[in-house]
Amino acid sequence: MFDILIIGAGIVGSLLAREIKKYKLSVAVLDKESDVGNVTSMANSAIIHSGYDPLPGTLKAKMNVRGNEMFDELTKQLDVSFGRVGSLTVAIYNEQLPLLDELAARAKENGVKVELLTRAQVLKMEPNITKEVKGALLAPTAGIIDPFNLCVHAMENAVDNGTELFLNEEVIKIDDKGDYFEVKTSKNHVYKAKMVINAAGLYSDKIAELVAPIDWKITPRKGQYFVLDHYKSGLVRHVIFPLPSEKGKGILVTMTTSGNYLVGPSSELVEDREDFSCDLDTLKKIRESSIIMVPDIPFHQTIRCFAGLRASSSRHDFVIETPKGIPNFVNIGGIESPGFVSAPAIAEYVVDEFISKVFALEKNESFNPAVRKYINPKKMRFIDRHKLVKENPDYGEIICNCEKVTLGEVRDVLKRNCPPHTIKAMKKRVRVGFGKCQGTFCLPLVVKELAAFYNISPLEVLYDKEDSNILLEELKEEK
Amino acid sequence: MEVRDLIIIGGGSAGMAAAIQAHEDGIEDILLIEREQQLGGILNQCIHNGFGLTEFKEELTGPEYAERFAKQVTDLNIDVRLGATVLKITRNLEVTCSSKEDGFVVLKANAIVFATGCYERNAGAIQLPGYRPYGIITAGLAQKFLNIEGYLVGKRVVILGSGDIGLIMARRFTLEGAKVLAVVELMPYSNGLNRNIAQCLNDFEIPLYLSHTVSKVEGEGRVEKVTISAVDQKFQFIPGSEIVFECDTLLLSIGLVPNVNLLTDINCLIGPTKGAIVNEQMETMIPGIFTCGNCLHVHDLVDFVSLEGRAAGHGAALYLKRGQIASKHLFKVLAGSDITYVIPSRIDFGVDEDVTLKFRVLRPLKDCYVILKNKEKILKKVYRPVLTPSEMEILKVGKELISTLNSDLILEIEKKGTN
Repeated sequence: MFDILIIGAGIVGSLLAREIKKYKLSVAVLDKESDVGNVTSMANSAIIHSGYDPLPGTLKAKMNVRGNEMFDELTKQLDVSFGRVGSLTVAIYNEQLPLLDELAARAKENGVKVELLTRAQVLKMEPNITKEVKGALLAPTAGIIDPFNLCVHAMENAVDNGTELFLNEEVIKIDDKGDYFEVKTSKNHVYKAKMVINAAGLYSDKIAELVAPIDWKITPRKGQYFVLDHYKSGLVRHVIFPLPSEKGKGILVTMTTSGNYLVGPSSELVEDREDFSCDLDTLKKIRESSIIMVPDIPFHQTIRCFAGLRASSSRHDFVIETPKGIPNFVNIGGIESPGFVSAPAIAEYVVDEFISKVFALEKNESFNPAVRKYINPKKMRFIDRHKLVKENPDYGEIICNCEKVTLGEVRDVLKRNCPPHTIKAMKKRVRVGFGKCQGTFCLPLVVKELAAFYNISPLEVLYDKEDSNILLEELKEEK
Repeated sequence: MEVRDLIIIGGGSAGMAAAIQAHEDGIEDILLIEREQQLGGILNQCIHNGFGLTEFKEELTGPEYAERFAKQVTDLNIDVRLGATVLKITRNLEVTCSSKEDGFVVLKANAIVFATGCYERNAGAIQLPGYRPYGIITAGLAQKFLNIEGYLVGKRVVILGSGDIGLIMARRFTLEGAKVLAVVELMPYSNGLNRNIAQCLNDFEIPLYLSHTVSKVEGEGRVEKVTISAVDQKFQFIPGSEIVFECDTLLLSIGLVPNVNLLTDINCLIGPTKGAIVNEQMETMIPGIFTCGNCLHVHDLVDFVSLEGRAAGHGAALYLKRGQIASKHLFKVLAGSDITYVIPSRIDFGVDEDVTLKFRVLRPLKDCYVILKNKEKILKKVYRPVLTPSEMEILKVGKELISTLNSDLILEIEKKGTN
């Protein structure tokens, strides 16, 4: 019997598990996927929003602003790339200028520092923005983050501190036994916990309905993106937004923490919660609307297009509440943008508002908020890297040419808590296969490393989901 | 800092030939750096026949061809560093190299031959519509898994792109018991060598769909379904032309791109081949850095890669012997009508040696002349019954002619009878 069971190991579930471990409570996390942060948390704009955009008074506004404040300390403790590069919301037509004033007023109400810039100021800051620009709203606290490793390191730290993580466990039934729940998965495993927290993202409404009726519903909103190769820095230095509309924050252009550029997302309501498909018409529209802001985007350097699904709720705000009369079950739903930045604040809020009402909170004195420091040879000084390779030659072998990843890094993540079990999980952690060859060189090497570490046949190594085996059959010996 | 006369980056066919030639030209202090544990590069996974007809006058497999060069490298006692990856080069010819055995080091070279080969275009480059299940893989990767690692990566396969690797993999998959359902080509003609279409597709009754492309990929874990559609002249899908294949693999053979990341990092000028711009001695616009092989322009025959490797090794040797003095620019060789590119695109010396112009045409052509001219007059006019984009063409220009020239040259194609 666990004190608390979290359903969903996305960014919310992972940070929540870690937050709970600051107290003397036992925690388990279930996820249907083969890795943490494998759905919405990995396919988004990777932006830490400043918080000027959500309507004042909403949970979105509160969580966004509080969450943003937490990122400096959080990313330091979890050793995750993060940069407060600032965002520019640009007006391209004169009639958009009043909208900037409106946003500035909203920012003030939300308590977010912003600054209105003139055309000349914008062009000086961002010479590659269209000369048509009329002005912009600068939000200096906006940032870019490595979203994959924030999830992974948050869960790693949670597990370091005693959280139990169960992957490939899809919840199909929840029995309310009064002072505890029995949570059944598709593999017929039963987990018992005194309190259950639903952080199931795209499926949060479905999980909620297993316990009590709800008056909200998730309708996925798809966002398609272009990822461009490492381009010489300087195409854009800030996150560049158009003016927001009711469909979202619009198609942005940003650099990522890995030096790539990201252009997107589109915004399309879809029925199917597994519809991660890209289509040419939408991709074309993304190209067309992004070059209105930044005319010289090098789309010929595209290395991948992908689609993510936002868990948009019919309430148009985050849903964080307990069903009537069931204080030991919490629904966290509708965590769409600005969900990523809000996640640490949501974790704090859930502990303060809900968990503290079920359990008498007692501080866990042995909680260690930091992960074991990651070794990143790329960021080391020459002499330190030289020494590192001398001490551990694995850091001398380059396993991925595009992203210049060493064997040492691959082996290090395998030995950590919350290790990768699939090719995709490895890719998210150390960037093998992320570059422009998309794994052509490194894949056979990574397959071997996974097979050796888990002592399985290379035939059993999966890319991600069930049946996504890389290799289908061993060749018969030559006759 | 360790200083070497000549550092060659890449121990494939181009790099090995460059090393051998430079050594023959009297350069003794050579270091050949290769990221894999053996020399040969991509040849090691090309176990099919057809290599060496020009070079050795016999038909060899890729590994056999590589072995012949590797043996020469060994016999000449050329210093080879295996399992070593070059992470960075500078305009001052410093080479940052990382390996298990030799650690993380910086070397200084007096000259560099850059011979890093090419990589395969993949799904991202063509914005493949549909889902992203596993099983959309490049032909070269499938080849590596099959021929080096010994695993079959697909049982029911659709191949997009009719380049040579795609064609060869169609045959290879079939021989290993997989079913190749279709080879799909966007263009109205194949990009592969004719002999490969005959031997790899026709002999196995594998259908080739010209002017078709993939319009949707579906599947959860692995690829489950690939839909193809016919395209019009503007490459737009023609509605109603869809054909659906149930398959587990979509193999991409959609082109190769020179691997010049380390050169673009130092702002080396890149030309229309997506490789560096070079002069007739294969020197890039950065003095002392020479390049050759598939990182300069993608070749169809390894024999020509070896030839070009020799030229680069020779150029580097001349540069070292003349005391590392940068070349002076004389004139350009420009690509005229129906020409995609010409290599070299600059003539910097123009004396001493004949120049071999290598070029490709933009589209399939019949019954035409290849013309080399300058502003004043036609210098050379050669009849060609057939020209195709998939086959690299060569035009030799004698040193006597070159030495008389001092203005830019244009290479172009003229249809017979248009004049």
